[in-house]
Amino acid sequence: MNDSAPWIILFSPLIAAALITVVTQPFRKASSYLSVAAVAISFLASLTVFAGPNQEASINWIDLGVFQVRLGYLIDELSKMMLLVVTGVGLLIHIYSIGYMKDERGRSRYFAALSLFMFSMLGIVLANNFIMMFIFWELVGVSSYILISHWFTRASAADAGNKAFIVNRLGDFGFMIGILMVWSASGTVMFEELGPKWSTLGLNPIYINAAAIFIFCGAVGKSAQFPLHVWLPDAMEGPTPVSALIHAATMVAAGVFMLARVFFLFEPAPVALSVVLWIGLITSLLAALMATQQDDIKRILAYSTLSQLGLMVAAVGLGVPEAALLHLFTHAFFKALLFLGAGSVIISLHHEQNIWQMGGLQRKMPVTFWTFLIGALALAGCPPLAGFWSKDGIVASAFDHNIAAALVIELASFFTAYYMARLFVVAFLGAHRSDAASHAQESPPVMTIPLVLLAIPAAIIGFPALSTFFLQVPEREGVPMLAILASLVVFLAGSFLGFTLYREKSKDPILIPLFANRFYIDQFYSALVKWTQDLFAQIAGFVDRWVIDGGIVRGLGGVTWSCGFALRFLQIGNLQAYAFLFGLGVVLLLYLILFAS
Amino acid sequence: MVTLNDYLIVSGLLFAIGFAGVLLRRNLIAIFMALELMLNAANLSLIGFSRFNVRNGLPDYNAQILVFFIVTVAAAEVAVGLAIIVALYRARHTTHVEDLNSLKF
Repeated sequence: MNDSAPWIILFSPLIAAALITVVTQPFRKASSYLSVAAVAISFLASLTVFAGPNQEASINWIDLGVFQVRLGYLIDELSKMMLLVVTGVGLLIHIYSIGYMKDERGRSRYFAALSLFMFSMLGIVLANNFIMMFIFWELVGVSSYILISHWFTRASAADAGNKAFIVNRLGDFGFMIGILMVWSASGTVMFEELGPKWSTLGLNPIYINAAAIFIFCGAVGKSAQFPLHVWLPDAMEGPTPVSALIHAATMVAAGVFMLARVFFLFEPAPVALSVVLWIGLITSLLAALMATQQDDIKRILAYSTLSQLGLMVAAVGLGVPEAALLHLFTHAFFKALLFLGAGSVIISLHHEQNIWQMGGLQRKMPVTFWTFLIGALALAGCPPLAGFWSKDGIVASAFDHNIAAALVIELASFFTAYYMARLFVVAFLGAHRSDAASHAQESPPVMTIPLVLLAIPAAIIGFPALSTFFLQVPEREGVPMLAILASLVVFLAGSFLGFTLYREKSKDPILIPLFANRFYIDQFYSALVKWTQDLFAQIAGFVDRWVIDGGIVRGLGGVTWSCGFALRFLQIGNLQAYAFLFGLGVVLLLYLILFAS
Repeated sequence: MVTLNDYLIVSGLLFAIGFAGVLLRRNLIAIFMALELMLNAANLSLIGFSRFNVRNGLPDYNAQILVFFIVTVAAAEVAVGLAIIVALYRARHTTHVEDLNSLKF
């Protein structure tokens, strides 16, 4: 049973996706139940795997002598935890989707894509080699593309899907180069073989660092790190459950998961580690600053996801992937909770996403209100909720290793508490600021029950007694008092500032265009893309006009025409002259053959 | 004693006469007859080669068979060629090559 359980986990969503596409496309209700059932099966199988032993199994796929790939699964602490997160959070979000997508016509397509996504994500988690991971990595990109542009008739959604896919491709290209570098140096792509082998190969340190940085490129794309972070906020064009599942809890965590999976590549590469650290810190701080000036509830959450992902990546860069994973674990719960809460608000306000059109929702939507509060506090790092513990682990190791990094993290945490207070105060408290808000109603149980079920782990999962059950974090000596104190002060200051500044306000009292416009990074990219495209277009135009048209096409035509023009004068029209010339030719040939040789 | 050279000289003379006829005559039918003369000059040289290439007391019959072929093909060619000349005459009312010069620059 335990041998086949990972295969069941992996393939039941794929079977559901295939069935929905082929059979139940016209029956929307059946499609949604099929998809939910598939995830439920995966979740149950994940539970048995979690209780079972660590193992690895594989089948030979490609065997070309020097290049050998065995497809299979690798079950260890890391993938066990990740399986639980992906299938557990995934199951709740699938259930929630039934309520959220109730009135959608494209529901079958949505659930098929959701199942396809589950399949791809579980493939990444289970993969025991780089090639399989890369294949599923790309599959995740495809299903994310389908889901972001679910409402494809809206131009902005279609564009956002394209943007996510293209930006991810940039990172994946680096990832592929990294995989090739690792393979060409070590001759294997299997994680189990690579782990012990990599540090004993005696490679050039430059090569080791370069390979690690290229591998990191994959995580930069998928986990939306600066400078490839631009796709994630736009990905909020997709349905809200998709944002919760893919762009908050699981897919974007794949980058961090991958870094933890192949951390042995980074251990001997100090330069790569500091690149990872600073990319993570920059992302974390920039995203937190951008989040302080957004008005769209989902975008605020998207930027906070960016910021938290930056924190996880920074933790990997500090050399403590366990802390990153713990934060990934808790973040998956409270961020999914926040997105689902936001979705509940958006649906009951008839697709209103601007927080300045909300307000006064605490009585109208009590379940959403309280669960959202728990999620927001967990994210902001309020003790003793989940976010406090996991963030504290990262901060404590930062204080141990690198004070500058610790300060940046604390700064980002300050803004995190600040913008969450702002979001909460503006969206939920105060007076109704629109008709839709005053007519808001609590969402149906199919949506609120997942909220409650997510709020419980978001509140309690961080306690060391509970979290070590899922994830072995190395014991620390002594209590990191400095880190705890700093986190607490930062949380209190940030949330107090946000609360007092935004209480009872009906429009934003602070306007910082630089933050509101996301540091003009998107504009810079568009200008850059436009500029390079124009340049290439001009070069291509020049080549087309002068080399292809002028040189090749007109040149060939001209030569043929002038040859023809010259030969025309031989055609004199006298039959006997032709015959004479012909005879002369024969005589000449005979002379050449018989006498000249 | 008639030798192979004699045959070849006669054959070459016939060929030259035929070629001169093709070049110099103005009437298409005369040119056509000159062409036939050239073909038969070739036949004559083939017969000569056959006669003088004796093995085991027998001449080489391959050449003679080739001659029969040439005669047959020439007969077919005459039929086609004369038909073309008749058609040409009906269209242009002339068989003189100076008048048939529209295919030129």
